[in-house]
Amino acid sequence: MFDVFIEMFSYAFIVRAVIVGFLVSLCACLLGVSLVLKRYSMIGDGLSHVGFGSLAIATAMNLAPLTLSIPVVVLAAFLLLNVSQNSKIKGDAFVALLSTSSVAIGVLVISVTTGLNTDVCNYLFGSILAMSKSDVYLSVTLSVIVFVLFVIFYNKIFAVTFDEVFAQATGIRAKFYNMLIAILTAIAIVLGMRMMGALLISSLIIFPALTSMRIFKTFKSVVISSAIISIFCFMIGIVISYLYATPTGASIVVINLILFFIFWIFSHFFRRGL
Amino acid sequence: MALIKCGGASFEFDLRLVLKDINFEVLQGDYICIVGDNGSGKTTLLKGLLKIKRPCKGEIVFGDGLELSDIGYLPQSAIVQKDFPASVNEVVLSGRLNSRGLMPFYRKIDREIADENMELLSVINLKRKCFRELSGGQQQRVLLARALCAAKRLLVLDEPVAGLDPLALNELYKIIKDINEKKGIAVVMVSHDIKNAVRDASRILQVQTRQVFWGKAQDYINSYEGKRLMQVLKDENGGVNV
Ligand SMILES: Nc1ncnc2c1ncn2[C@@H]1O[C@H](COP(=O)(O)OP(=O)(O)OP(=O)(O)O)[C@@H](O)[C@H]1O
Ligand SMILES: [Mg+2]
Repeated sequence: MFDVFIEMFSYAFIVRAVIVGFLVSLCACLLGVSLVLKRYSMIGDGLSHVGFGSLAIATAMNLAPLTLSIPVVVLAAFLLLNVSQNSKIKGDAFVALLSTSSVAIGVLVISVTTGLNTDVCNYLFGSILAMSKSDVYLSVTLSVIVFVLFVIFYNKIFAVTFDEVFAQATGIRAKFYNMLIAILTAIAIVLGMRMMGALLISSLIIFPALTSMRIFKTFKSVVISSAIISIFCFMIGIVISYLYATPTGASIVVINLILFFIFWIFSHFFRRGL
Repeated sequence: MALIKCGGASFEFDLRLVLKDINFEVLQGDYICIVGDNGSGKTTLLKGLLKIKRPCKGEIVFGDGLELSDIGYLPQSAIVQKDFPASVNEVVLSGRLNSRGLMPFYRKIDREIADENMELLSVINLKRKCFRELSGGQQQRVLLARALCAAKRLLVLDEPVAGLDPLALNELYKIIKDINEKKGIAVVMVSHDIKNAVRDASRILQVQTRQVFWGKAQDYINSYEGKRLMQVLKDENGGVNV
């Protein structure tokens, strides 16, 4: 096992992928706890589709993919959150609308310009090879910022996630913190998309939280356990993908799935034992 | 000057007026009880006071330097999801957040105050328990402890005694009265428990889409509406005793 690690880390592109993947997995799962509990999982999924559309357009226009995608997806997060808070328009319907439209536009742009090539495949399913050096710097910077903001606002994020009405009534700016969560999520999604692909990125957000919630019963323990699970699954996933030449994103998701089942079975066993 | 002045406030849902022209004020150290039938608009009025819902007419203004962050609130039914992982300690502590301002973390004093309030509501032994696994009455007490943590000048309670056993109920009235008298925190409480409300409160507001009564608790007892409600209660009790 150790030899494998040493061998892996002799490749610069894998080192880059591991650094970025580690940080992005961490950020995504932290935000995931709040998103899952707020019943906003679908927003993560919707945003990843918007991300696909904007990546396609960025490629067609020869722009740096992240610099276009981040503002576009942040804007979409802004929209989605405001619409889902307004109960008159069905939030989930709007998510579906936005995500399918983005994919459609993305596919159109691709077919008119470059055609369906490997780049497009990478957007959909992810690839650790897709990351350039400048991507790495940007990703590291942004994920550190997301992580620090999450830690600083941890207590407030708990408050608005647990009981938004109380938070608002007692002078916490709930709308602001909701927005913050959405914006950080948007950033995490765009960063993670290069590695995981548009189709799989939302699993990085929701899986660790769902898995942790099988067993842990306080917010703090769920957050910490999610972080550990997310990083663990990422590391195992990337080693497997290296050893067996499987797609990285899919490998990570499958490890997450296995861990989810282990926790799920364990929680049943545990409950019966008590 | 009043902490909150409610001047001719009206509220509507989907263009349906549910409260019309409400006029009253909350003074420093007041103990106001809001009564009224189911659906009469009490919860809506509280949400108006807390600026969660805007009045469609009239105004609700804070005075005397009152801020939302001076207020503790107990919602009628907190919409807490069934699977939410949160310990009692985490929930109660979150009541201290509005005192922290921009500071990110709790200090020792916050933990002490949270502990005090948990002790006051006898949930200190549940501190490490998972909130969702408590009984309804226990959850109510935890949320009350959270409200007390948040209250510095005003405590807004929406049916605080709902779901409490008789012993806890009497204890709670004592706690609220204590907080009101010793700490000078104003209380605005919605309650269906007219008898206790009239005993403890200094003033009563009765609503029934419009404002039916606003005045001293003593006057309320002698008013037509007050007498009618008290009579209903007496008849009920008589029926049980016989
Ligand atoms: N979210 C909502 N959407 C539409 N109508 C609402 C909503 N909330 C309350 N209402 C209506 O407003 C009116 C007042 O409701 P409110 O909850 O203020 O009553 P209440 O006095 O608190 O009743 P209760 O004693 O049952 O708690 C009711 O007629 C109710 O149907
Ligand atoms: Mg009510």
